[in-house]
Amino acid sequence: MTAPVLTRVTGALAEAQPLREASLYEVVRVGHRGLLGEVIRVRDDVATLQVYEETTGLEVGEPVERSGRALTLPLGPGLLGSILDGVGRPLERLAELTGDFVQPGARAPTLDPAARWEFRPRRQSGDEVQEGDVLGTVMERGALEHRILVPPGMSGRIAQLDAGQFTVTDAIGRLVDGTPLHLAHDWPVRRPRPVGARLPDDRPLVTGQRVFDLLFPAAEGGTVAVPGGFGTGKTIIEQSLAKYAEADIVVYVGCGERGNEMSEVLREFPRLTDARTGHSIMDRTVMVVNTSNMPVAAREASVYVGITIAEYYRDMGYRVALLADSLSRWAEALREIAARLAEMPGEEGYPTYLSNRLGQFYERAGRVTAIGGPAREGSLTVIAAISPPGGDLSEPVTQATLRVAGALWALDASLANQRQFPAVDWETSYSLYADQVAPWFVQATSPDWPDLRRTVLELLQRGQELRDIAGLVGPEALQDTDRLVLESARIFRELILGQSAYDPNDASSPLGKTHELVALAVTLHRRALGALQRGLPFERLNLGPIRRSLAALRGAPASEQGERAAAARTLIEGLGAEALS
Amino acid sequence: MSGLPRTFHGASGASGPLLFLRNTHRTALGEWVTVQTPGESPRRGQVIDAGDAVTVVQVLEETIGLAPATSDITLSGEVAQVTVGRELLGRAFNGVGAPRDGLPPPVGEALRPIWGAPMNPARRLKPEDFIETGISAIDGMNTLVRGQKLPVFSGPGLPALELAAQIVEGARAPHGEPFAAIFCAIGITARETRTFLDRLERSGAMERSVLFLNETRDPSVERILAPRVALAEAEFLAFEAGLHVLVVMADLSNYCETLREIATAREEIPGRRGYPGYMYTDLATLLERAGMLQGRPGSVTQIPILTMPDDDITHPIPDLTGYITEGQIVLSRELHRKGVTPPIDVLPSLSRLMNAGIGQGRTVREHREWADQLYASYTQGREARLMAAIVGESGLGEADRRALTFADRFEREFVNQGGTRRTIEETVARGWQLIESMPRDDLLRIRDATWDARQAAPRPAGVTP
Repeated sequence: MTAPVLTRVTGALAEAQPLREASLYEVVRVGHRGLLGEVIRVRDDVATLQVYEETTGLEVGEPVERSGRALTLPLGPGLLGSILDGVGRPLERLAELTGDFVQPGARAPTLDPAARWEFRPRRQSGDEVQEGDVLGTVMERGALEHRILVPPGMSGRIAQLDAGQFTVTDAIGRLVDGTPLHLAHDWPVRRPRPVGARLPDDRPLVTGQRVFDLLFPAAEGGTVAVPGGFGTGKTIIEQSLAKYAEADIVVYVGCGERGNEMSEVLREFPRLTDARTGHSIMDRTVMVVNTSNMPVAAREASVYVGITIAEYYRDMGYRVALLADSLSRWAEALREIAARLAEMPGEEGYPTYLSNRLGQFYERAGRVTAIGGPAREGSLTVIAAISPPGGDLSEPVTQATLRVAGALWALDASLANQRQFPAVDWETSYSLYADQVAPWFVQATSPDWPDLRRTVLELLQRGQELRDIAGLVGPEALQDTDRLVLESARIFRELILGQSAYDPNDASSPLGKTHELVALAVTLHRRALGALQRGLPFERLNLGPIRRSLAALRGAPASEQGERAAAARTLIEGLGAEALS
Repeated sequence: MSGLPRTFHGASGASGPLLFLRNTHRTALGEWVTVQTPGESPRRGQVIDAGDAVTVVQVLEETIGLAPATSDITLSGEVAQVTVGRELLGRAFNGVGAPRDGLPPPVGEALRPIWGAPMNPARRLKPEDFIETGISAIDGMNTLVRGQKLPVFSGPGLPALELAAQIVEGARAPHGEPFAAIFCAIGITARETRTFLDRLERSGAMERSVLFLNETRDPSVERILAPRVALAEAEFLAFEAGLHVLVVMADLSNYCETLREIATAREEIPGRRGYPGYMYTDLATLLERAGMLQGRPGSVTQIPILTMPDDDITHPIPDLTGYITEGQIVLSRELHRKGVTPPIDVLPSLSRLMNAGIGQGRTVREHREWADQLYASYTQGREARLMAAIVGESGLGEADRRALTFADRFEREFVNQGGTRRTIEETVARGWQLIESMPRDDLLRIRDATWDARQAAPRPAGVTP
């Protein structure tokens, strides 16, 4: 039998022959340099390959080598703090091999083979273990207890299990049947990892962003779509969540985005401290990066690499947030590959399987009990940015996402132009989790939380209607109570929902502060309404100083918050009193 | 790739810019090709589909007169490369890097593939060095930093090239480091090229500039190469010669038109408005070549210019560009009509990297809140202007009337500066004048501490060393 060789190379695709026995999604090494590729079609003895690396210079007639297995990722200690490319190679290591510019053909293992980890067994020889059982632990980056699990599909009696220093390739013990045990195991990225039971979405993922926590909460294990045109602040939102969301682990997938933004993250994250753990933010973060000028096939793979890592930490019993920026680039990679395969296109040129693939991806999210013992609950929340062409949400990727996502944070270009950030369009956005997580918020803050939320939403809505009317007749022609609604809606918009990612005192808003600000603003509205009803004209309400006191509270450091809140409260309580007396 | 040239006689067909070869064994993707039709000057091309049975070559020059059956086609065994070096400074070349100034071709310092490899994101350096352009609407409101790609979104007839020339002329490096400018004309008219070059010459910036000119009358397929040739030179000057390089490319819309033309010739499935589905990725291979690298002194900063068809910012060309670049400077027809120069509309404009480049030690300490306040007041004024158009100024509330006055002054006194150059201190002082024309209660973005310090300081203030 002749060895397979390349018979065609075009863009990210290549054809090789004879390759009749290849299986779909089997990994192949392409050409003399051994570029990483994957079989995506077999027809007679011609196999079509998508190549994860730059194909320029690949020549017809170069050899193709089968690997016999699908695209897998080694999962084990050492993932935290790492920056991987779309197929799981550490970018720092690639730079050592090929320099400052990415060159094809470099091989670098995902996990550092030289790093040694202190393993503490929790089980011992003679124990019967099942898939998912915790064998023992290692400390990862001094911050996280990394639980070493029996890989899915494996079970038996332990013959030997050692404490001590191991690399990820050393055997830490073996089963009676001779199967060696390791700190790491491989997993095919396109296959969801098995879980026990699915749990209800009744706990929020607290984001530290007032507009989301108050109005459109995300659930732990939920899915959120964040569509927005360019410049509406998707990336800033994703980065704020990566920094401040109350998750144990954050997996950040930069899919087809900007290189300079990645350098910002790389410089900033190690310096930021997680307020809850005292460790650097980088210690809880894994980054998967495929910038927009890197090979398009690897962009398709990057989201699977990211979510597989996220599932792995979820299986240990952690709360994991997967932040993907942006799934549109992933969908475009699918489209590009489908077009080169000359597949019949669906809507806007996207392949007809787009919505199914998207659905399968989102369904890997969830709050679950892990398989194996001891009993653990973990969650995987997916928050994915979408880049709709022209900011138009009727396009296929947004629409396919909305069929499966539990919350929509729609970003609006006109709000962004007014520098209202986060530029969340509260008329379009929604959260299907709001009712389920309400009891949790009541517990965490105060019984009036649902009432405040409803009041804010109503006033924003009414304010919008009045703005439209005022645009026709002028604000002077409105009744005083309506002018107050306009003013209150503006205060909510600017001072409560607006939040500056650049202000260190306001970039993250703890629930207590959020509640305080909202409660004060709602009280302000109610007291002002009372004063108007007692006959005080709107002009004499003198809201200016109160607005300023709320702005001061919003931007105050945590240590001055009590004082600022008290000052605002005093002003609000005195509202209209002097004017009436 | 073999590195060995092979010559074949006769191609099986040609269509538009494409040439089809049969039974050319062992062709490589991206291989550089020379096509010699008897009696014609040689043409260059590139393999875009390497196949055992059929190989497709994209000819990168005008194909009128190309006779497929009688041509000799030489496959070079190498990818497309171009000569780069400091020696190119002060000279002019065409879109494929051949001299246009009558002088002999440069010897150069190196040969570089024009299809540059992507920077390893982990090796990038965070861009945070402020570039003072001398233009208030940019320095104050949408600050440019080194290594950024900040396009100008223009409309037909708006002075985008004038603005680009003003930036090149006025740009000052923070510590006076050596810098160079590269101008890449992509399918613009001879008149437009002239406009730009005249200003460059007058300002004496010519000797530290390299020009790559593909004008409207030049072969359209060369538009695909011109920016890449220019960027190969930019990368060399930046990362090997240690210069800070400012690259102006005009007009990306012409580039995209050519991309669409070639995609159509290849009978590809079109995406939005007939543009190919991979246009985002393709544009990214140009625009992502801006940046800085750890441990290397230079930088590549890009100012691409594009014309929005019918001033439509949602058209695929500005839309995809905006998703790749770090912001945009948007020109406004309304401001242009009012005589505001440069006619920059700051509301849809944005610099994503602004925050890294401003603040104490870079511009002024209070830059963020100062800019936020100007944005907030101007936004309110613009809204009030819309309302006033319907209900009249007298129907507005007092605060809205103040904001309206503010918006008018902001456009006339802050954005409008004509050809003069303003330092960042002058820009900030002007902004403060406008801010201080408003009552304190209207200024929610200004912190008490900033306000108090300013009231206490002797005039002129707003500037910290």
